Amino acid sequence: MIRILAVLTLFLGSIPVFAAEPKQALLGLQEAATPNMERLHWFHDHLLMYVITAIVIFVFILLVWVVLRYNAKANPVPSKTTHNVLLEVIWTVIPVVILIVIAVPSYKLLYYLDRTAEPDMTIKVTGFQWYWTYTYPDFKDLEIESRMIPDAELDEHIPDGKGRRMLETYNPIVLPIEKNIQILTTANDVIHSWTIPAFGAKKDAVPGRTNETWFRVTKPGVYYGQCSEICGIDHAKMPISVYAVTQEEFDGWIACMEGEGAKADYPARSCVQTLGLDKYRSEQKGRTASATQTTNSNTTTGAAE
Amino acid sequence: MNAHVTTADHSHDDHAHDHKPGFFTRWFMSTNHKDIGTLYLIFSIFAAIFGAAFSMMMRHELGDPGMQLAENGHQWNVWVTAHGLIMVFFVVMPGLIGGFGNWFLPLMIGAPDMAFPRLNNISFWLIVPAFFLLVGSAFVNGGPGTGAGTGWTIYPPLSGAAGHSGMSVDMAIFALHLAGASSILGAANMITTVFNMRAPGMTLHKMPLFVWAMLVTAFLLVLAVPVLGGAITMLLTDRNFGTSFFNPEGGGDPILFQHLFWFFGHPEVYIMILPAFGIISHIVSTFAKKPIFGYLGMAYAMVSIGVVGFVVWAHHMYTTGIAVNTQAYFTAATLIIAVPTGIKIFSWIATMWGGSIEFKTPMLWAIGFIFLFTVGGVTGVVLANAGMDTSLHDTYYVVAHFHYVLSLGAVFGLFAGWYYWIGKMSGRQYPEWAGVIHFWTTFIGVNLVFFPQHFLGLQGMPRRYVDYAAPIPPEHLQGPFVNPIEKIQWIMAQDYGQHLWNYVSTMGAYLTGISVVMFLLIALWTVFCGRRVPGNYWNVQPQSMTLEWTISSPPPFHQFDIQPKVK
Repeated sequence: MIRILAVLTLFLGSIPVFAAEPKQALLGLQEAATPNMERLHWFHDHLLMYVITAIVIFVFILLVWVVLRYNAKANPVPSKTTHNVLLEVIWTVIPVVILIVIAVPSYKLLYYLDRTAEPDMTIKVTGFQWYWTYTYPDFKDLEIESRMIPDAELDEHIPDGKGRRMLETYNPIVLPIEKNIQILTTANDVIHSWTIPAFGAKKDAVPGRTNETWFRVTKPGVYYGQCSEICGIDHAKMPISVYAVTQEEFDGWIACMEGEGAKADYPARSCVQTLGLDKYRSEQKGRTASATQTTNSNTTTGAAE
Repeated sequence: MNAHVTTADHSHDDHAHDHKPGFFTRWFMSTNHKDIGTLYLIFSIFAAIFGAAFSMMMRHELGDPGMQLAENGHQWNVWVTAHGLIMVFFVVMPGLIGGFGNWFLPLMIGAPDMAFPRLNNISFWLIVPAFFLLVGSAFVNGGPGTGAGTGWTIYPPLSGAAGHSGMSVDMAIFALHLAGASSILGAANMITTVFNMRAPGMTLHKMPLFVWAMLVTAFLLVLAVPVLGGAITMLLTDRNFGTSFFNPEGGGDPILFQHLFWFFGHPEVYIMILPAFGIISHIVSTFAKKPIFGYLGMAYAMVSIGVVGFVVWAHHMYTTGIAVNTQAYFTAATLIIAVPTGIKIFSWIATMWGGSIEFKTPMLWAIGFIFLFTVGGVTGVVLANAGMDTSLHDTYYVVAHFHYVLSLGAVFGLFAGWYYWIGKMSGRQYPEWAGVIHFWTTFIGVNLVFFPQHFLGLQGMPRRYVDYAAPIPPEHLQGPFVNPIEKIQWIMAQDYGQHLWNYVSTMGAYLTGISVVMFLLIALWTVFCGRRVPGNYWNVQPQSMTLEWTISSPPPFHQFDIQPKVK
């Protein structure tokens, strides 16, 4: 099993993966929506994956050879070799060379991901047990409290049965594309970790500290993340949901948030709906659509729990 | 290794002078390294039943999205915590170090016992109450609910008074204090034994690799565990006496705890794997009928893993906000560990190369270990890169990685050692066919459990989640006892979710669970009804010979009345 899968992963780099949300059968990273993630993709799919697959296959072939060629039947008299200095030097030096080949792009990636010199916009993220709040200091400290939508209410807030279980929030955040977004994370109670896989962003939110990361979204769409540091009873229930939209739409959303939308129960969601931003869910299939594919089975899923 | 062992020790054929004490004195006041080793092994198996039960509950819970077994997320966190702490402190360490270490370290160096037999006894009897304190902590109030749900890493503030106001975390801390004291005393004992009680002629460079492994492990324990002790004691005073070591409101820093924890925690993973390295070396040499290839390289690879293991701890903390230059340093230091590890893998293969290999059960475990440790090792190289860790930190990729090196590494080492030495320890041999079946069911089972977890992690599924993003399946497709084809078809028809690989992983866990039961049956059958075996039942050849094969199986109560000499 593992061998087949190990071989399968060899082709990972070449399979086109389109998933800015977790997909059922995919083997690789989520689809990139930022240059940060594109670089992570390159590093993982086109360097690390080849190196580690080659090493595993090499060791596997050696083991198979040893098992076939040097079993007691095939080779009744064992050799008396105890060492071979040249061989030992080779298998010390070659790994060092491989590691250097990995380390150079690894450092480039690390320093690229660390921070942006020219942030266009800042969002301050604060982790709470068990939700996130977001502050937009560039927009009169606009504040958003982001809690998970439970299963039963998904259809109420997300159109066409497209609500993603465990991933949607009442108040999503909205961001402009093609802008360098600086993220500052902190926490109010225990440590949390703010992440969006498709953005290649993850930073712990630590009480008493402010951490920094950044990204620039290049593709408009709906993106998700989940708290990534154990934080108590509802650790699994504080997702992050983001609408990345054009600058005009973002301006409209800000205007809505500062105007009429502020009065709604869920201002950020209400403004998303007013502006029709759920159009960015066009690539998502709704629950009804996927349910019809499952022949005659009882199709009450998801929200019906 | 010890190519030239003189077996001057024939007195053991005469068992008449074996004065075994009575049952209570023998097992509860023991000063005999073999009896204490046996106690450790029994304890390890006993604790493993608990640890494995928690894993089965967790995998069953994750077999489908939604809540299956767990009442809530806190109960889930308690399982995660208990599973981790039990497996690390009460299964792998007592099994490999307390069990095989106690049994075979003195035998292999030709010593009559450990240097401090009564210290040895208290090392064992500290770990028993530690275990009961830890299990007990799962049943008292933790604050958010019953038990401590902090993860085995017990990071404050979650483990502090604010996150866990109840007594449970305090109990867990005391459990770790006792387990830590036990480890430190045991390690001091082993270091003293190795340095002072080797048979004449056994220089350090002639010491069997298992003894080298135990020596390095013991040094790691003595240097690392006190740091954990300090960290959890500071946590204890933060919780109870108003100090603020880790409390930002009082000028403390939660990240300080992580530095202290991982300064212990990273050497700890080598503490778990190095003894397995030692065991695998002996098995490979015995069954390939060849001396270990590159003995010195093997010994010093372990030493360098031990040394470098102390300067890589912050690779567990790449996303905590540590400076980018710090991350760069820890990336480099961590990558370097791959070099000595590679030396070990290639040396094992070179030992087999040209050999005349017999595929007895211990050898199957050893070959399985070498391959799976390679898989776990290369994902370690991926995770070593601080940039890459942005995607993978705290996802199932990490879970897959460390289970490949521990669950499929250290635990394979435990099984390999058990099948290799059970005849020596009990005087009775396991049935070969049963061992082979046990190996293959475990091998297939654990790979089904952990390989798909790489995919979950790459797709971004975070660790320690009681429930995950995926649509709930219709009722007739819920649970393990449904038509798997129909279930997978339904899952594949969903547009999103993390269900598929979780389902596969859970099915693998059921198979692994069956193989655990199989092992328990084999163990019982072997010890009570197994075929009796002579001293050198593997027919270990002179080029692989170590001293334990020169005496009877089981060894006499006191061995080496006449000190053996090593040429």
